[in-house]
Amino acid sequence: MSAHITSPAFKDNAKAALADPNLRKAMAIIAGPMAGRRVESASELPEFEALRDEAVKIKNHTLAHMDIYLERFEAAATARGAHVHWCRTPREARETVLALCRSRNARTVTKGKSMVTEEIGLNAFLEQHSIQPVETDLGEYIIQLAHEPPSHIIGPALHKTREQVAELFEEHHPDYAPNGIKPGPRSTEPQTLVSEARAVLRERYFQADVGITGANFLVAENGATMIVTNEGNGDLTQSLPKMHIVVTSIEKVIPTLEDVSTILRVLARSATGQEMSVYTTVSCGPKRPDDADGPEEMHIVLLDNGRSEMLGGELQELMRCIRCGACMNNCPVYQSVGGHAYGWVYPGPIGAALDPHLIGLEAAQHLPNASTFCGKCQEVCPMRIPLPKIMRHWREQAHDKRITPPMQRWGIEAWAWLAQRPALYRLATRIGMTALRAVAGSKGRLRSLPLADGWTAQRDFPAPQPGGSFMAQWKSGRRR
Amino acid sequence: MLTPPQEAPHNPRVGLFVTCLVDLFRPSVGFASVKLLEEAGCRLEVPDAQVCCGQPAYNSGDRKDTAAIARQVIEAFDGYDYVVAPSGSCAGMLRDHYPALFAGDPEMKARAEAFAARVWELTSFLVDVLKLETIQATLPAKATYHDSCSGLRELGVKRQPRQLLAGVNGLELIESPAAETCCGFGGTFCVKYGEVSADIAGRKTQAIKETGADLLLAGDMGCLMNMAGKLQREGAAVTVRHVAEVLAGMTDQPGIGEPNWGGSEPR
Ligand code: SF4
Repeated sequence: MSAHITSPAFKDNAKAALADPNLRKAMAIIAGPMAGRRVESASELPEFEALRDEAVKIKNHTLAHMDIYLERFEAAATARGAHVHWCRTPREARETVLALCRSRNARTVTKGKSMVTEEIGLNAFLEQHSIQPVETDLGEYIIQLAHEPPSHIIGPALHKTREQVAELFEEHHPDYAPNGIKPGPRSTEPQTLVSEARAVLRERYFQADVGITGANFLVAENGATMIVTNEGNGDLTQSLPKMHIVVTSIEKVIPTLEDVSTILRVLARSATGQEMSVYTTVSCGPKRPDDADGPEEMHIVLLDNGRSEMLGGELQELMRCIRCGACMNNCPVYQSVGGHAYGWVYPGPIGAALDPHLIGLEAAQHLPNASTFCGKCQEVCPMRIPLPKIMRHWREQAHDKRITPPMQRWGIEAWAWLAQRPALYRLATRIGMTALRAVAGSKGRLRSLPLADGWTAQRDFPAPQPGGSFMAQWKSGRRR
Repeated sequence: MLTPPQEAPHNPRVGLFVTCLVDLFRPSVGFASVKLLEEAGCRLEVPDAQVCCGQPAYNSGDRKDTAAIARQVIEAFDGYDYVVAPSGSCAGMLRDHYPALFAGDPEMKARAEAFAARVWELTSFLVDVLKLETIQATLPAKATYHDSCSGLRELGVKRQPRQLLAGVNGLELIESPAAETCCGFGGTFCVKYGEVSADIAGRKTQAIKETGADLLLAGDMGCLMNMAGKLQREGAAVTVRHVAEVLAGMTDQPGIGEPNWGGSEPR
């Protein structure tokens, strides 16, 4: 596969995350202010729920006629002078991008934020081939310096505190000297840090031979690709170099600009709580003869990577995802462990539902299991994707294919066997409850329990009330 | 969400789905439910063949066993006008998930759908179906209420327990901004991913303590045991109870996980 996978070690990853004080500090911001802003901005817009329905309808319609809209997009983009490259696998996509970069003898490429380039592991691949990718989105730039993958799909460096960012800049910008004056110890003021990144990156834009961006939408009616950002880095990335490569995936296609505008309204509110993202950039082919600027060549690399197989099946609804990140901001598990614990490109509930398809259930089996099924993700998902239902689908697959650890499977099957034999069940549970009560004594609770230290390591376990089970008391005539 | 009947049914025959946690850990919630339902005019019965709703198997991906358990529950509750459970999670299972278990069996599916249409969570049944406006009970306490996830998101249980609690003399309800946040229980999740579960529970108990309440109420034993266990490990002075006990005026038993001195005498 492409990007490095540590999902099988979810439990260890989670443990490490829970013990990391910097991460805990950063995650508190996601759980608090970030999740809160979505609620506020949604409640400011009375028609928000209706807009969600509309957005779902647009996507469902598009998915039902995917082939038509993709062909229409290709025709329109080609007519504007762009080249569309269809890539089945991450490998094909990487090779395509590499060949394009080589055709320009590229040494440096600037990159706007793109989760699909993470999915195909593009940066490492380009580096192996002596091409230096430079991330221009602030968050991506930070984690590139730290040699880490993104921990969130819209805020890749949300897991970093500003103190950590200041340290990274200190280490990586030894020559940084605004107005010829070298700063002393780095300030941890966000604004100062942003200015520093801007100044450093500005030079890189002009050195780049190729600019790579992702796309939030592909507009079928006019062949345009669209990105939404808050920093404007995407504009410079795509318009300064001679070649612009868009790396994206097929489910981003939307019939019309009008449709896009509907989805944009739910996207920004769900993602960051903004009414609109600061920049919405529409790219329609390379520079025309009388244009003042723009790239000479524009290429669109369209990745499938198993997406077309999702059409018409249990997973089709995942194709509505607009990668807004609301499901992770609001997920209690994500809020505890952060994005890296999930061990692959897409974390949180969307990752738990999508990753098993993209990297295999064996590797990703923890992800759909590590959920309380609280349903908050589905509640906040602007595209109303039934994420818990899809996680359950994976749990069922894992059970049927015997991927679930044997002890767990036997435990559940033994319990289910008992649950279908009420008399035996009552006998067995009576023995169990009597034992629990005996151990708890008059304390009413237990401080440790064999086989359940997952619970008792940090919580007491309430003992059963005295007097026997409800069913036993009811049968013996007690009514109140 | 189901549409409740226009008018309250007269003297309906109600089967109590006790739920496994109430049956085994907290029978007092079962008796409180009996009292509330009978006083509201129900002919109440407790079918003998009931065990559990099947969620442990269902959430572990064991669909076949879940369907077998579901069939057993549906048969046990044949003929009742209503099936009522003191749990949003179990009622949600019976009502929202049973029909889909029989996708390949039209006859059983139809039975499951007819069954599902009769299933209610306790407080929602009292308010939405029986049209109970208030109850008579007294408990001087500062309480906060936790909205359990399934009850809230699958069944729309939110205002019903609050409406009834408003009638409890001496009880002051303090809303927590985190009332709708998951407590981290999650069924088998709480043991399989115990550290993550405990961390989520810790954020929850923090929010509970910040309200200044001395009583925590909810409508689901799983969440209650989880939050009680965490609060007690932290040494917090918060009593934890199922809402039915308070509404029924049956608070003579110690709170969940609290010491009892060898019997059912009051604290
Ligand atoms: S699944 Fe829904 S909430 Fe999550 S990223 Fe996709 S669109 Fe946003």
